[in-house]
Amino acid sequence: MEKFLFAFLVGGLICVIGQIMLDIFHLTPAHMTVSLVVAGAVLGGLGLYEPLIRVAGAGASVPISSFGNALVKGALSEAERTGVIGVLTGIFEVTSAGISSAIIFGFLASLLFRPKG
Amino acid sequence: MSKKKNKKLTPVRQEYQALARGREPKRSVPLNCARAFVAGGVISVIGQFFQWLFMTFFDFTEVTAANPTVAVMIILGVLLTGLGVYDHLAQWAGAGTIVPVTGFANTVASAAMEHRSEGYVLGVGGNMFKIAGPVITFGVFSAFVTAVVKLIFQALGGI
Repeated sequence: MEKFLFAFLVGGLICVIGQIMLDIFHLTPAHMTVSLVVAGAVLGGLGLYEPLIRVAGAGASVPISSFGNALVKGALSEAERTGVIGVLTGIFEVTSAGISSAIIFGFLASLLFRPKG
Repeated sequence: MSKKKNKKLTPVRQEYQALARGREPKRSVPLNCARAFVAGGVISVIGQFFQWLFMTFFDFTEVTAANPTVAVMIILGVLLTGLGVYDHLAQWAGAGTIVPVTGFANTVASAAMEHRSEGYVLGVGGNMFKIAGPVITFGVFSAFVTAVVKLIFQALGGI
């Protein structure tokens, strides 16, 4: 049950970091999300993101920073199996679920819904 | 408005800039941060609930369950965007709704819906990743660099 508490705290904190980038450093939302993704990729490469996911579960895997981590993880695990070319073949391995569902359901949304407001 | 840009403006324009700055709605940073914290936390807890479902009723471990969880969160984000709910939430929550993957789904779905009038191929297909594209581009490139650097270190017998 404390998993849910940690998820709330860590997920909330990552969002606060994002909000600070918006309000204090005056970044656009696009620059903010890009910074978080790059930070996630670097932390993933250093092996620091995985422990965070283990502690906070979805609190670390739902924020967009986990996208960067997942890209690095896919590239490295495939490189371990097939050599250096695995960096290219494996980079989308883990994030495939996220990207493909975004494309598929985003397209379905454009068929089914009209923009509001 | 940075000081560099300010130098190029005429005095009247500078006066206007000062006036406009005074009339801008004050953004309360602590309040925004509190809202972002609550919204981001709640979205993460919803994600944690799905992760728990996947771990209890299907054969997923803590690390592998992140994948289907993200997929479910994206479906939820697209659905709420389509129903017009997500944008109202975003007005209140700021970064609390942009940072989670549901925000990524929101940018994809809203761009797809908005550009439908330009046709399916060039409108929807061409503009779907207009806002979400930078995340993928920079994510993939930084992941590539990180992975290559790490592999070089490993080859040299480092970390």
